[in-house]
Amino acid sequence: MSEWTNDELMTVNAARALSTARTCFVGIGLPSAAANLARRTVRPDLVLIYESGALGAKPTRLPLSIGDGELAETADAVVSVPEMFNYWLQAGRIDVGFLGAAQLDRYANINTTVIDRGPGRPEGRLPGAGGAPEIAANCREVLMVLRHSTRGFVDRLDFVTSVGHGAGPGDRERLGLRGRGPTAVITDLGILRPDPDTAELVLTDLHPGVTVEQVRAATGWPLKTAATIGTTAPPTGAELDALRALKAAEAQTSI
Amino acid sequence: MPAPTKIRSLPDAVADLIHDGDTVAMEGFTHLIPFAAAHELIRQGTTDLTLVRMTPDVIYDQLIGAGLVRKLVFSWGGNPGVGSLHRFRDAIENGWPRPLEVDEHSHAGMANRYVAGASGLPFAVLRGYQGTDLARRTTTVSTVTCPFTGEVLAAVAALNPDVTVIHAQQADRDGNVQLWGLTGVQKEAALAARQVLVTVEEIVERLEPHPGGVVLPAWAVTAVAEVPGGAHPSYAAGYSVRDNDFYRGWDAISRDREAFSAWLGEHFPTRKRQPGSSASASASTSASVEEASAR
Repeated sequence: MSEWTNDELMTVNAARALSTARTCFVGIGLPSAAANLARRTVRPDLVLIYESGALGAKPTRLPLSIGDGELAETADAVVSVPEMFNYWLQAGRIDVGFLGAAQLDRYANINTTVIDRGPGRPEGRLPGAGGAPEIAANCREVLMVLRHSTRGFVDRLDFVTSVGHGAGPGDRERLGLRGRGPTAVITDLGILRPDPDTAELVLTDLHPGVTVEQVRAATGWPLKTAATIGTTAPPTGAELDALRALKAAEAQTSI
Repeated sequence: MPAPTKIRSLPDAVADLIHDGDTVAMEGFTHLIPFAAAHELIRQGTTDLTLVRMTPDVIYDQLIGAGLVRKLVFSWGGNPGVGSLHRFRDAIENGWPRPLEVDEHSHAGMANRYVAGASGLPFAVLRGYQGTDLARRTTTVSTVTCPFTGEVLAAVAALNPDVTVIHAQQADRDGNVQLWGLTGVQKEAALAARQVLVTVEEIVERLEPHPGGVVLPAWAVTAVAEVPGGAHPSYAAGYSVRDNDFYRGWDAISRDREAFSAWLGEHFPTRKRQPGSSASASASTSASVEEASAR
């Protein structure tokens, strides 16, 4: 039996991806868990930015919503929502946008709006765009974290909510999107990164004990692999302790 | 002669300001969501509403499930940290208890639509929407070419609600209002509207400045109602904390039509309309359904 779960591998590796970031625009859920873990491990001075208006939030436990009171109480500054999106995000002041997704395609475009359930059936409704389109457009780079499955990693999106690398190289420039776009997709099986020449996501790293075949089976397009595939370092005791303490504090608040 | 007081009871203020068919924005980004005012709408059965809000949240899930909403203008419709808004989904996917037309944006787009409305401009400009499918499903996003650089940017139509409703921590007896903590898009939503209703935790003799506080002078506010706890299960910084257990519990209540209807009956026994009983419930097919089938 392994000493950690695949979800823990995912979150630990997502936190590590923030080791050189200065500022991070944080989506709720998996991205928030990873960003808060980074502050407790690889990047203690990481500036967490929540779209509700908190710049530099330092929560002691994982917030349930992006507007929990502790985010504002611990922030360097609290700003209005228009200020957040216009002055801070749109102006290109934020290093990393950290997003989850319901569906993602090989160019790391994402769908969080509707799911096509076939002829004669109504579209399945997802929450919608939120801050994601402009986070994906305007942060200097974008990281994504989601669990690997053929439902999530699809050949063709039912709806493009937020643009990753569009239809391939040069598309971001053509669309006027100023950030570099997605640079890594961290999953519970490994890490995908865009190929420098084609912008298509390829498998670059496997988590310990995971095989290429497992990742291919969980991907809805013919997944290519990098020339050499790395293996992510196993979680350290310190990383697991910090992650489990975060999760325990989150669970306590629900009692 | 002193000016007539702006301080009203919540039922009176809601009855005076909000009417069937109105466009109403009830704002508050997770914090300071005006739940009590929404519940008064359910009691009074005010219907055929166009509701505007960045995050419909549980507050609009309740109004949608109660059958009072014809159209929703929004940017993120989930139960934060929990999952789906089931009444919102059921209305859009299945038309229950009535079809729901949607006008869907990104957060940046919605925030800028309010900014344009508050500024007296017909539209706002932003870097957004490029390459997404969002613009294909709405008539309120377009493009504009910068006259100075030639750059093509997104344009979003102004929002000017008939009424904006917000919840704040305090007002004074003259009706000057102060809110603090996460103040979201409330200032813009209030100034974009023709009329403004504010519910407050308490009426104080004198407003003391708070760091980051937003003050709306009485002459920019139509009515103020004192409603302690009026943001529950959302919260008011300095007065209450977010009732995360309610948000978690809402998932089970809202997931099932019968459970939701029972909740509605239990909490609003005197409401004037039942779900699905609206006169215009079947009057028109929602645009979202037409657009979905046209794809």
